[in-house]
Order: sequence, then structure tokens, then C-alpha cells
Amino acid sequence: MKRFFDAELENFRSLLLLMGEKATRQVHDAMQALALADVGLADRVIAADDELDLLEMKIDDEAVRYMSLRAPVASELRLVIVGMKASHDLERVGDEATSIAKRVIRLAAEPPLKPLVDLPLMVTVALEMLGDALDCFTHDNSEKALSVCHRDAAVDQLNRQLFRDLTGLMIENPGSISRALELTFISKSMERIADHATNIAEEMIYLTKGRDVRHSSEVKKARSAVVP
Amino acid sequence: MPVMDSSNTDLRIRTSMPAFASPVDIHQAPRALIEIENLDFHYGPHKVLHEISLQIPERQVTAFIGPSGCGKSTLLRCLNRMNDLIDGARVGAGRISIRGIDIHRSDVDVIELRKRLGMVFQKSNPFPKSIYENVAYGLRIQGVRDRSRLDEAVERSLQGAGLWDEVKDRLHTSGLGLSGGQQQRLCIARTIAVEPEIILMDEPCSALDPIATAKIEELIKELRSKFTIVIVTHNMQQAARCSDLTAFFYLGRLVEFSPTRTIFMNPVNPQTEAYVSGRFG
Repeated sequence: MKRFFDAELENFRSLLLLMGEKATRQVHDAMQALALADVGLADRVIAADDELDLLEMKIDDEAVRYMSLRAPVASELRLVIVGMKASHDLERVGDEATSIAKRVIRLAAEPPLKPLVDLPLMVTVALEMLGDALDCFTHDNSEKALSVCHRDAAVDQLNRQLFRDLTGLMIENPGSISRALELTFISKSMERIADHATNIAEEMIYLTKGRDVRHSSEVKKARSAVVP
Repeated sequence: MPVMDSSNTDLRIRTSMPAFASPVDIHQAPRALIEIENLDFHYGPHKVLHEISLQIPERQVTAFIGPSGCGKSTLLRCLNRMNDLIDGARVGAGRISIRGIDIHRSDVDVIELRKRLGMVFQKSNPFPKSIYENVAYGLRIQGVRDRSRLDEAVERSLQGAGLWDEVKDRLHTSGLGLSGGQQQRLCIARTIAVEPEIILMDEPCSALDPIATAKIEELIKELRSKFTIVIVTHNMQQAARCSDLTAFFYLGRLVEFSPTRTIFMNPVNPQTEAYVSGRFG
């Protein structure tokens, strides 16, 4: 039986997917700006962050309204709660993209430090994780969500690898310190984005299975696994 | 009916009493107070309950939910054999036991059984008597004449029903002069005055406003420490707020029986989810 307010829940889901799309685009553009030293693109990423902030507030508002007026239970209630939490994670993803964009602007004023190898790989993995986590909003797939948690360890390892490489560069060439530090922080931002994707994936498992896997041995093991 | 005597401590089962509305693992609960096994029930040629099996634990609130006509009130009335009063109504198969005693056994005294299972109805039905006499009525017909004992029972029952402070100065005025919510609490006081073991409630708040409903729900919470309560309700949120266990019925069949928390947070059966979400029924 269709209820007169079913469209509200679909609208809520659409808002969240829109936010996910925008957050993903922000990260992609920030890293594209880094690769091309494109200050204009970095500026646009910084300016667009407001949209994510507004979407987060809109989603919270819709969630509170839906809970107050429609008294959802079971999977609907989980969707609304997960939506609120995921939107917070996506807003933080947007913040990380903004942080990267600001560093891109500073880096663009100086010559490139080294060819980017590990960072693009991190971006690829982190964005795939984010995409797969968000995909569970439209297709109930807890297996895919769990696989996101497994991939977090790979991003952590790439971050550590990059940190070691950049530290070596700083020791060898003190003149590179400011640029190497910017890249270190960008790498850390990517690692944080993967963490947010993992948080969203954990929420998706709760959404689809009603099971809270946060801090469970299953997920801890997956997140800390050493990647060969 | 000695076998049904609640003072028989050998038959009495003590259960742990978790916090109100806390999750209950029905599989780990002690032996049930009420056991319904493969129950079929008929109104004339129509089978209205199909193979119902359910175990209702002691001193818990169990809610029956489901769309109109699903059989939840019929099942409630099977528990105190109220359906015996309807022509053509009969148990087709299965059994209902209370403390292990089959309530349809030939030596079970139905009047005694109904003393053990008090009932509160959808519409409050105080007698056209004073507040005092409404509460004392059950005791009087049991032969209690001692005034001090009656006074004590009336006060205790009205206290138990959360009505004492509102009526203590007008005990001898008509019960019909009370508000709807007060009348319903008067009926609850009348029910608990004879110290039943189980209280059956058939949509006790459906005719009440939200404030009166909240008072009854609060009362259910308090009564739970002394009585086993089975409540039929159409109000999903009431079942969620008040009960420890919830049974969902559809078309005369038990679809799901789980801790209330599970029914409203993560039901196993998609039909249950659709019903509690208001998608059908």
C-alpha cells in the first residue's frame, strides 16, 4: 500500500545521493586541481563547499521533520538515522576537499616537488570506496559495504608510504619542506576521506541488516589489515 | 478449582524482571505463564485462528497487534474463555494452558478462571454505583463483608490504578460521573481489587484522549511488576511504548512474535515491517 508521504522518504534518499555526488565531485576536482596546478578549479572547489553545508542542514531538517510527523520504525527509521549520520560524514569529506584545494593554491605558486604516483592511487581507491558506500543507499548490498571497510587498510598503507617518502625528501632537501608538508597533509586528507567512506559503509550495514558493526572485531580487523 | 489456585507455589514460576520495555530474549525466558499451542478457533463454519502457538511470560507486557479482523481480540478472549459465551464459537484444535493447566479441561471452573484473568475493555464500563462500590463489587460477590478489609482493598486498588488522589474525597459519588480516562482507571481498579494474576486489555485507550492515554500507559508500566498483562492495541506507538513482547497477527495467523524492540527496529518478517510502518492494514 502506497502512503501519501512515501515520496518524502524518496526525496530524503535523493537528497543524500545528491550530497554524495557533490562530495565525490569536490574530492575529484580538488585532486584534478592538484594534478593540473589549476588554481581556478581549486577556487571553485572552495566556493562549492557551502552547497554541501546547506545540504547537510537540509537533510537534518528533513530527518527531524520526518521523525516528528511520520513516526518511522524499523528500516525507515534506520534510513533516516543513517541519512543524518552519513550526511555529516559527507560534509566532512567536503571539508577535506576544501582543505586540499587550499593547499593546491599554495603549491601552485611553487615548482612541483615530485611526480604524483601514490596520491592518484589513493584518490582512486578512496573515491571507489565512497561510491560503493553510497551505492548501498540505492541497492541494499551489505557485502559491498563490508568490502569498503576492507579497502580502508590499503589507503592507510598508501598514506604511511607517502609519509615515509616525503619525510625522506624533506631530510634530503630542506628546501622542499613546505611543499612536502602540503603533500603530507593532502595525503592525510585522502586517508580521512577513506575513513569517512568506511563510516558510511558501516552505517549502510546497519541500514540493510540492522546490525551495528562499528568497533566490531570484524570491522576492526578489516580496517587494520596489512595489505601486501 | 484447586489446580488453578495461584497460591500453589509449586506451580508458580518466578521470572527475572528486566527494566520496563527492555529487550527480552524470549528463547531464554523461563517457562511461560500462558502457553498457546497450535490453536485453531472457529466462529460457526469459519475458522478465524489458524495454528497459533505463543508463549506469554509472567510479569511482562505482551501486545497483540494486527489489522482489524486478524483475530487478536478473539485470541485475547480465548484466554479467559469469554468466547464460550458466543453461540457457535469453539476451539477446533490445540490448547491453552495457564501454569501448565489446560483451561479447557472439564474440571476447570470458568468463573474461577475469569477471576484469575481480569479484563479491561475498549469502552469503560463502570457499574451505575458509587466509586467505592464499583471497586468493592468483586470482593463483595466473593463474600467479603468485613468493612475494614473492603476499605483497605478499595484504597489499595484505587492507589494501584493511579486514581486514589483524584477520588478519595468523593468515593461515594457515582462512578459514572468520572471522566472517560478516570472511568477506565476505575475499571482497572475494579479488576485489580480481586487480585487477578493476569490482566487482559482490549484496546483500553482507544476511546481516550492523549493525556488519559498517557496515564493508562504509565499505569500499565506500574502494574507490570505485579501482573502479567496482555494488551490488544491498534496504536503502534502504544505497543512500542508499553510492551516487552509483541505478537503480530494477520488473517488469523501469527506472523511474528518477538521482543517489541525487534518488531519495531528490525522485524524478521517483511509483512510485519509493512504493517508497523503503516504500509498495509
